[in-house]
Amino acid sequence: MADVSFIDEVCSVPGGEAIRSCIQCGMCTGSCPTARSWDYPPRQAIAMVRAGLREELLSSNSMWFCASCYTCTVRCPRDIKPTDIMHALEVLAIKNGLSTKRSRTPVMYQCFVDSAKGNGRVYELGMMLKLFLKTNPFAALKLAPVGLGLLLHRRLPLMPSRIKGIGEIKLILDKARALGGAK
Amino acid sequence: MKSYSYFPGCSAEATASPLGLSVLPVAKELDMDLIELEDWNCCGSSPYGSVDKLEAACIAARNLALAEKSGLDLVTPCSNCFVVLHGADANLKQYPALKEQVGEALAAAGLDYKGGVRVRHLAEVLYTDITPEVIRAKVAKPLKGLKVASYYGCQLVRPNGFDDPESPHSLDELVASLGADAVPWELKAHCCGSSLVMPEQEVALRLINKILHNAQENGAQCLVTPCPLCQINLDAYQSQVNSRFKTKYNLPVLFVTQLIGVALGVKPDALGLSRNIVPPMRVLAPYL
Repeated sequence: MADVSFIDEVCSVPGGEAIRSCIQCGMCTGSCPTARSWDYPPRQAIAMVRAGLREELLSSNSMWFCASCYTCTVRCPRDIKPTDIMHALEVLAIKNGLSTKRSRTPVMYQCFVDSAKGNGRVYELGMMLKLFLKTNPFAALKLAPVGLGLLLHRRLPLMPSRIKGIGEIKLILDKARALGGAK
Repeated sequence: MKSYSYFPGCSAEATASPLGLSVLPVAKELDMDLIELEDWNCCGSSPYGSVDKLEAACIAARNLALAEKSGLDLVTPCSNCFVVLHGADANLKQYPALKEQVGEALAAAGLDYKGGVRVRHLAEVLYTDITPEVIRAKVAKPLKGLKVASYYGCQLVRPNGFDDPESPHSLDELVASLGADAVPWELKAHCCGSSLVMPEQEVALRLINKILHNAQENGAQCLVTPCPLCQINLDAYQSQVNSRFKTKYNLPVLFVTQLIGVALGVKPDALGLSRNIVPPMRVLAPYL
């Protein structure tokens, strides 16, 4: 069922508000290097926000294929920054527990965030292992040669590095959570 | 000598260690004083902003608050850190409500960000502040005859770039200042798939293949890039592309600071050249 408040929800996320100016020209989809993998390519995704097709879109794999290349953003004749809109849709999908299991990207993003929060710096090896354990451990085998290559070339430290101010990060994020999300 | 606050980014100390290593001797040769931002934290990268906007803004803003104390431009060699930190600063200026929340959160750790930091990409600083002319004058070993494809990737030039977002030229000029031939090619600012290479490998391998193919067919002997993610995708995943698409690429992918370092006469060890996955020595030997 169409959800008339969906567009307001998207507009409430920083970067989402320009969506009302879209003229459906399709420049974003035509420019997108991964559009062929999206359930609903960028132009259609934007149309779905305006049509209130909330569940269908937020549970799709669409925005998770955005590689943040910003080609659509620099080409959009209405300056609506489709990249930022896709990021806003990702935030809403996670917040509402709708993110798809058909893409491993939401899980990767969460693993990344946990790593950044936990140590103050991203621990790449730990993040990769966690991603594969949470999604498909067998996929890790396929990537083992890449990991081994990085390891042998001293590009994959085995231990995480932790910042001194990790306590500060915790205080800042606790306060952010208490404030209840970006307004 | 000009001073900058320096933000290496997480990958410069790990998967992009050849970048982290090569930046320092090159900066020294070019009379840049890069003062590492003390106790910097992960910028949050693109994933954090796709999970929680307020937390992401706070994580980035801690770095901006720390950098503001120095009064120096904040320079990063990582294209993703650049886009994220630059974007966080812009968002704090554009959204007063967000700024107020971030201010409250930072205050919980005794920090404050007034909005006075200029976030810059190292490649832009090399081009704008140091300039290709000055670099040319310092070249000890001209890379004469070396055909180089300058690969900008996305986030150096989009959305906040200092260069043309789709047909940039700054890296080509830097490469030419070293005496090398910057080959003209079409996909110099096309997307490599970035971190999708982990969750959606097939999509990224297809994009990497296109980029390597285009560089090779235009006669490049190697590629240079400023971006950690681009370098890893084109270098560490090159063998995966070869097995997936039955190709035979053997194209070294250097960080731009590595190539500058070679031309300035910096020793290979100090440039981390042994850490590149596709060995670059074959094409660099005449200049070492």
